[in-house]
Amino acid sequence: MIWVDTLVQGILLGGLYALFAAGLSLVFGIMRLVNLAHGDLIVFAAYLVLLGVSLLGISPWVVALVAAPVMFALGWLLQSLVLNRVLGKDILPPLLVTFGLSVVIQNGLLEAFSADSRRIPAGTLDGASLNLGIATVGVMPLLTFASAIAVIVALNAIFYRTALGRAFRATSDDAVTAGLMGIEPKRIFAVATGLAMVVVTIAALYLGMRANFDPSIGPARLIYAFEAVIIGGLGSLWGTLAGGIIIGVAQTVGAAINPEWQILAGHVAFLLVLLVRPRGLFPRAVD
Amino acid sequence: MLLETRALDAGYGQFRALFSVDFAVAEGECIAVIGANGAGKSTLMRSVAGVIRNAPEMVLHRGAPIGALSAAEVMKRGIAMVPEGRRLFPSLSVEENLLIGGQVRKAAGPWSLESIYGLFPILRERRHSPGTALSGGQQQMVAIGRALMSNPGLLLCDEISLGLAPVVIRDIYAALPRIRAGGTAMVVVEQDIGQALSVADRVYCLMEGRVTLTGRAADVTRDAIHAAYFGEAA
Amino acid sequence: MYRLTTHTRAGTVTGLAMLLLIAVGLAAPVFASRDLIQDLFFILTMLTLAQLWNLLAGYGGLVSVGQQAFVGIGAYAMFAGVILLGWNPVYAILLGGLAGLALAVPAAFLAFRLQGAYFAIGTWVIAEVTRLLVAQWKTLGGGTGTSLPREATANILGVETVAALFGVREAAARDIVAYWLALGLAVAVVGVIYRLLRSRLGLALLAVRDNTEAAQSVGVDARRLKWVVFLLAAAATGLVGGLVFMQTARISPDAAFALTDWTAYVIFIVVIGGIGTIEGPILGVLVFFVLRSALADYGSWYLMTLGLIAIVVMLFAPQGLWGAISSRTGLHLFPVRRRLAGPHIEGGN
Repeated sequence: MIWVDTLVQGILLGGLYALFAAGLSLVFGIMRLVNLAHGDLIVFAAYLVLLGVSLLGISPWVVALVAAPVMFALGWLLQSLVLNRVLGKDILPPLLVTFGLSVVIQNGLLEAFSADSRRIPAGTLDGASLNLGIATVGVMPLLTFASAIAVIVALNAIFYRTALGRAFRATSDDAVTAGLMGIEPKRIFAVATGLAMVVVTIAALYLGMRANFDPSIGPARLIYAFEAVIIGGLGSLWGTLAGGIIIGVAQTVGAAINPEWQILAGHVAFLLVLLVRPRGLFPRAVD
Repeated sequence: MLLETRALDAGYGQFRALFSVDFAVAEGECIAVIGANGAGKSTLMRSVAGVIRNAPEMVLHRGAPIGALSAAEVMKRGIAMVPEGRRLFPSLSVEENLLIGGQVRKAAGPWSLESIYGLFPILRERRHSPGTALSGGQQQMVAIGRALMSNPGLLLCDEISLGLAPVVIRDIYAALPRIRAGGTAMVVVEQDIGQALSVADRVYCLMEGRVTLTGRAADVTRDAIHAAYFGEAA
Repeated sequence: MYRLTTHTRAGTVTGLAMLLLIAVGLAAPVFASRDLIQDLFFILTMLTLAQLWNLLAGYGGLVSVGQQAFVGIGAYAMFAGVILLGWNPVYAILLGGLAGLALAVPAAFLAFRLQGAYFAIGTWVIAEVTRLLVAQWKTLGGGTGTSLPREATANILGVETVAALFGVREAAARDIVAYWLALGLAVAVVGVIYRLLRSRLGLALLAVRDNTEAAQSVGVDARRLKWVVFLLAAAATGLVGGLVFMQTARISPDAAFALTDWTAYVIFIVVIGGIGTIEGPILGVLVFFVLRSALADYGSWYLMTLGLIAIVVMLFAPQGLWGAISSRTGLHLFPVRRRLAGPHIEGGN
């Protein structure tokens, strides 16, 4: 029953990609900004967690808990000091600034940590597996998927049940009128980016525990995240999960046919969806 | 004086829309600002509300210079605007649109979700609908209610009758005296002179960015308004 | 009495200066060292790529982060022409242009379904897919790549003549031939871009860049325009790809489709020099080259510096170096703006 196994693995992999994508989707939904450094920020957070684990010797989960507010602050600063200054009608400046940021982060990490592959030690969970009847799955991928769902539920709760979420949606709809409500759009953007960085930290935790990472893998994560968002449709976090799952399944199926085709299969799936449904499978946002 | 502008010159980039406009609203007063399309009425409102920023001393709130403040900062001082075109948030329901009006500035006063539903009962029935699914008149009610939620000292109403049927306009204007009774001063910007004058204490008329007439609503004559509105003997 | 013109005095002077520079450039192999020729080759090819990216993004509003796809496919098409068809490498470069054009059609079809930043990443994905597919092509070396056969490099058009003329060995002669081709290509590309921008097509392009809806309302077919610009840029980029890899004579998917070399550097050049002008990339490539010479030994610090400079420029001087100079002095060396020339008008500019 190798195909069921492949399918299940692909679905769980989709959870990881959904985690990559959730932060991207959040930021784009609120301020129409695509951060080209998103993948590199995930890698940066992974190194941060790694540092915490190696220096303090505590469990990665605890380190991530501490790293999350740090990343929130960094995201908040990044938005307030840099990205807020270039947001506007022209798409070029934010694109170029985040592109420059991507290069800076990648090379900064290279200088600080060298190009060696690293991994966040997961302790007993490494390689542990669970028999679900139809397939045997790794505990880590299962946890990753569960976390992705938890993150999406939490983000949706923030968006639709809190005053902050109201402010997010209103600012995304009409930043000028949001100002008339006493909401400073730039401050909302900073909070949004900070929140996205918290999600990035969670994604980084699972990225680092799951497989080896090095400074150069950021751009590929950005691409997977982006593909998941596009497939899912702008404005829908559950759609992003669906998108991640589609990419994940495409990759595992592709790899099962020919290991060299893994990445390519994911991209092809994306292009196919783009061909047939350019607005994604569950588009919601009013653009 | 609750709010005044002194020699206000405002515009958009290189385009000047207002020329040395002097304007004043006293506590509890209701002012009508009338004028043709493009006369500068909305520019005046947006300058007061902070959507357009000017030199600090050009707009004074209880004597304090607020001309350079952002819209959010002006709003927190208790000046709320019902913007032209209503501009409800499409992603928010009716109730959420109301709630967002009151979530940043929490001030004491008669207005809350309940009392606004009392002012406009139809909104209670449609509270969970998306804001944009309502009729024009109902959307206008939401927009007004949203601005009231922060219990502002001054309410700026920018062309609230725009695009609405006369019977609907009447209903909306019927609510204004109740808002005044709650202690809120108002500025009503209108192209519909009749309705504006019916609720106002004083009136300003703008033409091509300049104040061409000002006086007590009861005192101004039709001919004077005509001349001020259109310029020359029209 | 009044006529619409793009000619300015500065433009005319620049034109003459350019002619002089080209003449000097042609004669360069006579007095320049091999290192200098190689440096000039690099500068000219990067300049060409930068001008093309500037046409796409600065004038066309199409921010592509995937032009490396066309460099790569052009390079591989050239290699295929030599290895599989037995063509002379110089002629095979033309296949590179054709390959770029051919790839651009499905690429545009897919990518144009996306807007703004998503368009950018979409082009990136297409480049990645191209790279992965080409890496499956075992005949041309697969994932590890291959080199141009000895006989092919020795037979490159003009190499024998040049070697005899300048008394240099084959490798140096190849560099000289490549350099001349690069000079010709750069001049041609800049020339075509300049002519294009001064034409009606160029005016339409600027209009679409500024306000697509308004442009469409006066009859500009924005979609067709974008296709034309995208295809043109892709074909020319393919030519550059073919030329560059003819000079190195060795290819691999990672090198041919490298994001850093063919997109990151190009973007930095255009941004730092000044986007949306023809002068900008020229200034940018000079700055880039100076930085590279100074910092090349420092690997990642070099890239970090470039990245930081790009960020700082976009934050504080989004018009780039040339934009800053131009706005201070009002200088336009390659004028594309239309002015009304004639007797002075009272109160006018």
